[in-house]
Amino acid sequence: MLAYIARRIVYVIPIVISVALVCFLLVHITPGDPLVAILPADASQELAAQLRAAYGFDRPLPVQFGLWLWKAVHLDLGNSIATGRPVFTEVMTAVKNTFILACAASAIGFTLGVFFGLVAGYFRDTWLDKLATSIAVAGVSVPHYWLGMVLVIIFSVTLGWLPAVGAGPGGSSDWHWDWAHIQFLILPAVTMSVIPMGIVTRTIRALTGDILSQDFVEALRSKGLRETRVFRHVVKNAAPTAIAVMGLQLGYLLGGSILIETVFSWPGTGFLLNSAIFQRDLPLLQGTILVLALFFVFLNLVVDIAQASIDPRIKRA
Amino acid sequence: MTATDTALQAAPAHKARGYWATVGRRIVRDKVSMACALVLLAILLAAIFAPYLHLADPYQGSMVRRLRHIGTPGYPLGTDELGRDMLSRLIYGGRLSLLIGILPVILAFGIGTSLGLVAGYAGGWANTAIMRTVDVFYAFPSVLLAIAISGVLGAGVVNSIVSLTVVFVPQITRVAESVTTGVRNLDFVDAARASGAGALTIMRVHMLGNVLGPIFVYATGLISVSMILAAGLSFLGLGTKPPEPEWGLMLNTLRTAIYVNPWVAAMPGVMIFAVSICFNLLSDGLRSAMDIRN
Repeated sequence: MLAYIARRIVYVIPIVISVALVCFLLVHITPGDPLVAILPADASQELAAQLRAAYGFDRPLPVQFGLWLWKAVHLDLGNSIATGRPVFTEVMTAVKNTFILACAASAIGFTLGVFFGLVAGYFRDTWLDKLATSIAVAGVSVPHYWLGMVLVIIFSVTLGWLPAVGAGPGGSSDWHWDWAHIQFLILPAVTMSVIPMGIVTRTIRALTGDILSQDFVEALRSKGLRETRVFRHVVKNAAPTAIAVMGLQLGYLLGGSILIETVFSWPGTGFLLNSAIFQRDLPLLQGTILVLALFFVFLNLVVDIAQASIDPRIKRA
Repeated sequence: MTATDTALQAAPAHKARGYWATVGRRIVRDKVSMACALVLLAILLAAIFAPYLHLADPYQGSMVRRLRHIGTPGYPLGTDELGRDMLSRLIYGGRLSLLIGILPVILAFGIGTSLGLVAGYAGGWANTAIMRTVDVFYAFPSVLLAIAISGVLGAGVVNSIVSLTVVFVPQITRVAESVTTGVRNLDFVDAARASGAGALTIMRVHMLGNVLGPIFVYATGLISVSMILAAGLSFLGLGTKPPEPEWGLMLNTLRTAIYVNPWVAAMPGVMIFAVSICFNLLSDGLRSAMDIRN
């Protein structure tokens, strides 16, 4: 097992470096001067050159990349051009909020998804299956930012039960697990949960169907095993794939929260990305994308290791 | 007439149908798929022939008739925040929305299939080079990648098509590569090679037909994702620019109207949802129609 983990970690290193390279290059395919956001329109040539040197934009690209990577390894992602604050701290504060949202959404999505998937898989081709499958298709097809708007219309505008935007009373961004804060979490989390709900339902339904049609289930039943015991075998066989799918979904939620965070003004990484893009704050953009992508790579690694530790067949492959 | 003659005459009726003819028959018999195809066809035709439908001008607004309710005489679906006719804008909106939603998948289908075919057939260093590059893009969640690229390129229809194509190429390449690797060592490929066919001919004539099916089904499944993402980019202000009618952008500009006239504000999303769910169901139908073993 240790050898497997070590091998997986070694595989990840080139990926991490390439991801960093893509993030670095993203800024350099940008049309226009990266300093355009802070440079006054009437800036002299000397001032522009000075600033360029101060931010290191005057050096050759490979040198810039090396320096940037070296600093990034030491958790220094430069300073935000718009606010002047360190990018790393800004991103970490935002990541915490996105993490809260993504975890809440996953909890809802995975619970419903597993339940619907098992129901659909066990009662294949009955009306229960059709209902669960329809909910799943709707979940993966709905533009979630629109669903967010509709939920706001129903629960905030019409019924007035839940707040429409923000992450705490009075626009505060300090998170606490009390009702005053949790009520702000409900709508965005429910909105965000529909995609993983749909995908997990489809996965679990297919897995359950496959497993139930295998000979060993027949054998277990003919042995006289109670249905609850058979169910345990089904769960055991479905778990590795199900965990892999869920892990990936959590990663997609962390990285893809921008649309929902925009709808609900949730102060997470998506919101940060949005402001970085529109203020052309390139160090902030670069840093946010890098941190999110690395989270995703790390999560993939954890999923692979978790999968291998429950399913011994994977290690040998 | 002898018995043999009758048998010979009857023979064509028993002729085995080709694979694609069978798939076609199976999908035509599937009610859900056909209903979805009809809805999509209606939306597509309405978008293409919008100028001939005697609709109100989708750009002409008026400050005195802003945010009329659904069912207002003369404005069956109400008016938007600048007083423009919603029905007209929703129909015209299909032009850009469908273009930026579908074109990236078509482009990625072409590029990804070629890359995957080469990687799968050639193997060796070509495979390593292509697939390791693909892995790098896989390390980014797709929404993040699309937004990052659009974000640095700036808003615009072409830029959002480019960014979505970049997002889908790696996914299609991966599928194409694994399908190609699966058929590469089959006897018919060896036979073609033994009879002197070059690599290009083998890929084009002998392999393409065998790998295209699964890749195509996968690509149709991506259209729904692409529609949601493309409209999402416009929703964020990274796609189409105002005053063009486009569903994602309309949803964005109508956001402030949810307190005044919520149901008009939600309309463009209904269109995105409808198109996306129809493509998803159609893709599912195609998948099961192509699974001949069942």
